[in-house]
Amino acid sequence: MSKNKEKLKVLVVDDEPSILLPLEFLMRKNGFQVFIARNGTEAIDSVDKELPEVVVLDIMMPDVDGYEVCRHIREKKEMNGAKVIFLSAKTKDADIKKGYAVGADLYIPKPFSTRFLMEKIKDLTAS
Amino acid sequence: MNYWLVIGVSFLYLALLFGLASWAERRSAAGRSFVSNPYIYALSMAVYCTAWTYYGSVGRAATSGLEYLAIYIGPTLMAPLWWVVLRKIIRICKVQRITTIADFVASRYGKSITLGSLVTVVCVVGIIPYISIQLKAIASSLSLLTDTAIQQENFPDTSFFIAVGLGLFTIVYGTRHVEATERHEGMVTAIAFESVLKLVVFMMAGVFVTYFVFNGFDDVMLRAQQLPNFEKLMTFEQEGGFGEWFWMVFLSMLAILFLPRQFQVAVVENVNEQHLNKAMWLFPLYLFAINIFVLPIALGGNLLFPRGAFDADMFVLAIPLSEGQNLLALLVYLGGYSAATSMVIVATISLSVMMSNNLVMPLMINTPYFKAANQDRLTRILLYSRRFCIMLVLLLAYLYYKGVAEYYSLVEVGLVSFAAVAQFAPAIIGGIFWKEGSKGGALAGILVGSILWFYTLVVPSMVGVGMLPTSVMSEGPFGMAWLRPFELFGLQGMGYISHAMFWSMFLNSGLYIGVSLLSRQTSQERNQAEVFVDIFRYSTVYESSIVWKGTAYMPDIKSMLVSFLGEQRTEKALKSFRNKYPAPEDATGKADPKLVTYAEKLLSGVIGSSSARIMVASVVKEEEISIEEVLNILRESQQLISINNELRRKSLELRQATEQLRTANERLKHLDELKDEFLSTVTHELRTPLTSIRALSEILYDNPDMGREDQEHFLHTIVKESERLTRLITQVLDLERFESGRQKLSLEPVQLQEVVNEAVEALEQLVEEKSIELVVDVQQSLPSINADRDRLMQVLVNLISNAIKFCNPEHGRIIVSVYYLDGDVKVNVVDNGKGIDEESQRQIFDKFYQARNQNIRKPEGSGLGLAISKKIIESHQGRLWVESEPGKGAKFSFTLPVKVTASAAKV
Repeated sequence: MSKNKEKLKVLVVDDEPSILLPLEFLMRKNGFQVFIARNGTEAIDSVDKELPEVVVLDIMMPDVDGYEVCRHIREKKEMNGAKVIFLSAKTKDADIKKGYAVGADLYIPKPFSTRFLMEKIKDLTAS
Repeated sequence: MNYWLVIGVSFLYLALLFGLASWAERRSAAGRSFVSNPYIYALSMAVYCTAWTYYGSVGRAATSGLEYLAIYIGPTLMAPLWWVVLRKIIRICKVQRITTIADFVASRYGKSITLGSLVTVVCVVGIIPYISIQLKAIASSLSLLTDTAIQQENFPDTSFFIAVGLGLFTIVYGTRHVEATERHEGMVTAIAFESVLKLVVFMMAGVFVTYFVFNGFDDVMLRAQQLPNFEKLMTFEQEGGFGEWFWMVFLSMLAILFLPRQFQVAVVENVNEQHLNKAMWLFPLYLFAINIFVLPIALGGNLLFPRGAFDADMFVLAIPLSEGQNLLALLVYLGGYSAATSMVIVATISLSVMMSNNLVMPLMINTPYFKAANQDRLTRILLYSRRFCIMLVLLLAYLYYKGVAEYYSLVEVGLVSFAAVAQFAPAIIGGIFWKEGSKGGALAGILVGSILWFYTLVVPSMVGVGMLPTSVMSEGPFGMAWLRPFELFGLQGMGYISHAMFWSMFLNSGLYIGVSLLSRQTSQERNQAEVFVDIFRYSTVYESSIVWKGTAYMPDIKSMLVSFLGEQRTEKALKSFRNKYPAPEDATGKADPKLVTYAEKLLSGVIGSSSARIMVASVVKEEEISIEEVLNILRESQQLISINNELRRKSLELRQATEQLRTANERLKHLDELKDEFLSTVTHELRTPLTSIRALSEILYDNPDMGREDQEHFLHTIVKESERLTRLITQVLDLERFESGRQKLSLEPVQLQEVVNEAVEALEQLVEEKSIELVVDVQQSLPSINADRDRLMQVLVNLISNAIKFCNPEHGRIIVSVYYLDGDVKVNVVDNGKGIDEESQRQIFDKFYQARNQNIRKPEGSGLGLAISKKIIESHQGRLWVESEPGKGAKFSFTLPVKVTASAAKV
């Protein structure tokens, strides 16, 4: 994490404040610039405005769900190379497969290990 | 009226019938049969009402009073029994292709030619007087209408031409097809039409006499009281009156079944057994309708005309005529004409079939020389013999009319015919219900019965017209007083009809039963007896119910069929047989015994059962078969039938069981799916607080140096999420207990006001935080209810906290009201939030409805609160529901009965 490099933009999307709380803290702690979205619509707005490099996405949300947001990211030219990580309480095989099918880089079931999540984000952004 | 005009109208009418009949036949050929409905069937049965009814009833009423009604009471009493008797006869005739009453009797008693001929002769002799009175009615009505005296005409007179004309008409319509089982749809339609016509016109005449000539029923009756014989007409005669009535009613009960024309329309022309259901009440209704105006017309005639001015039989026609109503008179004449022609047509057709099948045909095929010479022309000979018979019958009727009937009233002559066909009653009724009835018994009964009939009824009428010396009546034949026809064996004091019926029926039934018990049935007779009596058991498997042993060859059977049915129909018939009993063809050319029975049945339809029997016997080599053998085989086939039925029943049960299993399985699968869904939703709901707790704890652990404020915030969240987890688990378990029925309520008297206040207090802080206006409105002196206090508290807290969550965020307002209504206590919780749409209103009480519908998902709440509340209220025998309109807030209400019974308290 060098200081001269520009801070990595991370968008965290979840409709549960109790989950946003630790996520936001973790991202800041690791020196990312953090954006928060509490539902799918906010997430899409934020993607279009901020063009984050990493998106941590919940799936079950009011209005637009996580899969839709992911599709939107993958269709967007400017978001080429952005990393999408699903963080979901949906743990069935079919849900996970669908997550990868819409273009996720990683699918982590809830509850998750904070250390694991951060390692994976670092791995993904290192290359 | 002009003679030729009336004659012209009569012929026009026949032409109309002609057109109607051929129209009906074309329709039926096009598959839109007119006849296959119960109303036409019932109307065609009204062929029972002939000129006898039309003219004769009035005549009878005018001279003998109410007695005319007896012959309508009989059929009315008989109608309900049709389901038992007539339906059985119809089924037998359908199965065995029986086409006449003579054939029926002959078939039952072993297809006996002797019996068939005897019944035919009795029918012809018995019915000819009946036909003759139709000719008489037409002739007298014609003469009255045209004012010509019939007696003065020389031969050939008008009635002769009428007879010939009707004969030709009948030939054209009745004998176009050889097979008599083929229904005469054209004829039936014409008959039904005639039934309507005669009823309508007779009622028109009745209305005219009653309401135009007189001033209604009252007026006729009032004035009739001045008639010298009024009292006599309106009461039973002192002596023998009841006896006479009894015999008349009894006689007509038999006539409605056994008159050849009734047999023709009711049995042979029946399309569907179910039609009987309607005919059973429609036909008596018809009889009732046609009799309504008989009395006014009869009394009216007596009042209007001096004694002897007109024949009372002709009052119906004479009254309109004397009043100058020529058009009505012409119509009345046509109505009577239609009544007469319908009887003549049907009766002659059935008599001609009887004669050709039971007299001509056996003679032909029993004469080897004749049979050999005419092998190819048998059907044509048959057809011509029928035509000849029709003419013969009508000419005989003409002669009888000229010789005898002219001197008697219509009813007197008609009753003689009734008595003749009544002679078949023991043999037929016995034949379909009593297996022991034998050919000998039937023969003896019918023979003696008809001889007595002839002696006690026909002979006196011959004396009456001077064919025999009057001394026969007064002193007995050859001076033997005990043989006087009206006082046979010294029996005195009865009317002549009662007397004749008594002797003939007494000896007829006695001989039938006696001889049957003493004589032995042949195996074939026994076979037919079994099939007739148990017809409903055999009708579907008829071909195997006739026991037969012998050898027959296919080509013989076929060529026999071809000579009567023609190539085309034979092929068709054989094909339908092979469809019913598929079997490989025998290499030796031997025919299946079932086919022999089938062929015999086909032939029966054309030439009658006894002739068919002879034909079949001539081409097959039969072996003797004993009665025991017949009975054994029949018993076996019956067992087979009952085994089949049992199998069918079992397989039906099996199918039902399979179906039940399938639905049960589906229900289980559905329940299983619901359970899966529930579990996955529950685990999902558990994951969210767990995720938060784990992540926050990990962060706290990894970052001991984090700020104090953050630490506190994190710890607070962990506690809150843990509480959420606990709440969720408690609620899931709660719900599960309610659903499995293990949840017990601890009922106690509860003051709802206290519970409401307590719930409000518990939520006070939240209300204040959100600065919501909360109004509590509880009715004074509310009755206490029997309920589980803690559970009610849970419901109220749930509803009020929901209202807090969803009410207007700016100016929140909640109203809680409690009041007593119709034996219930009702609680409303009203908020001023954004409301709930209709679809959500239906689903809002489902488990985890929130979770599945993310649009309304809120961070708080488990999604089980309302589901549990509903369960709680329902377990108190109450009801919980919501009313809402989007944008106008929501109103959750529940009711609780003031009295909760102990049994309902256990969910």
